Amino acid sequence: MTQVTMTVNGKSVSGDVEGRTLLSDFLRDGLRMTGTHVGCDTSQCGACVVHVNGEAVKSCTALALDLEGADVRTIEGMANADGSLGTIQQAFQDYHGLQCGFCTPGMVMSAAALLKDNPTPTEQEVREYLEGNICRCTGYHNIVKAIMAASGQDVAAVAAE
Amino acid sequence: MYNFEFSKPSNIADAVAALSSDEAQALGGGQTLLPTMKQRLAQTDMLVSLTGIGEMQGICVGDNGELCIGGATTHAAVAADGNYPGLASLAGRIGDPAVRNRGTIGGSLANNDPSACYPAAALASGATIKTNARDIAADDYFQGMFETALEEGEIITEVRFPIPEVSNYQKFVQPASRFALVGVFVAKFADDVRVAVTGASSDGVFRWAEAEAALSADFSKAAVDALAVPSGDMISDLHGTAEYRAHLAKVMTGRAVAAAC
Repeated sequence: MTQVTMTVNGKSVSGDVEGRTLLSDFLRDGLRMTGTHVGCDTSQCGACVVHVNGEAVKSCTALALDLEGADVRTIEGMANADGSLGTIQQAFQDYHGLQCGFCTPGMVMSAAALLKDNPTPTEQEVREYLEGNICRCTGYHNIVKAIMAASGQDVAAVAAE
Repeated sequence: MYNFEFSKPSNIADAVAALSSDEAQALGGGQTLLPTMKQRLAQTDMLVSLTGIGEMQGICVGDNGELCIGGATTHAAVAADGNYPGLASLAGRIGDPAVRNRGTIGGSLANNDPSACYPAAALASGATIKTNARDIAADDYFQGMFETALEEGEIITEVRFPIPEVSNYQKFVQPASRFALVGVFVAKFADDVRVAVTGASSDGVFRWAEAEAALSADFSKAAVDALAVPSGDMISDLHGTAEYRAHLAKVMTGRAVAAAC
């Protein structure tokens, strides 16, 4: 076991991990932060997306030891300081952007990464950016709508069928 | 995934030393190797991460006008660079955004997946693969499915791309894997045209010499229309027959030329 130290949601954390310990394992089992979901564990589904140094990364496909010193943000770090839902989270609630909710942590983290680089994406850009996030309830329309709304755009025209 | 020792050297010399043991394996962004190790299709006693090596990261234009990309540079960084639009467009379509933030050009070329995108760009551009030991021309580098000219423990430190006058990459996406079912990169230089096809052949990426000759004489989609890719060496699987892939290679070449014109 080797000690790894990183910043998670602004807080310095450390723990003993094996070489093979994935970031998703370190977050969920090591830190007991189970907001990050592991859907497929094969980097297909995107439920495990977190931010590493500001960029969206699939935490099931990154080694904890490779991220020594990294600045990590997870879904637990997306709420406002007073505990209320952050803008993207609130938009997911307002526009029914989740059904079973399993993919939602990854969807929200991907959405946040998109809006950081592209504050007012088109509907097509949102759909393309979510290429690596799979919702098996197939609730994509409302997810896209929620992200468009979170970016402050009018969503009346976004496809609803 | 079986356990392993992990090391993360901060310079090329230390990485080469760490990889000198028979049981050591280099790790780029891990977007292919980690899933492969999870499935126990690969295992190692020592994994050597190359992502902490500063001298292997970043993009610049060299004195001779070539685009120099550090081996540990991510797909996202290449996609954001404006010097070689055809290459940036290719990099921006690999996998998905999260994969592009981790996956590296050196890792992709070292793996030489027969359906990967970068091999098409490297071969069509006539790139030079620089390693810790030598320079390898792309024409000599790709040696079949998952086979390259790299020796054990050799690291891709940089890839140098001559920048063509115009270029285009057409990727017919296999929708489940997001790899290329067939992808064609066309690069037109002052003197000649190079065409590289990925995803199609059981020998991995290849140059389509007939199309190169025709396009060098007449750079138009019409020049490709009369040609045909032989289907003998093409991959045949549940996603497409050999004949289908051969046909797709021609169609994608035509589209790439039309888009580049």
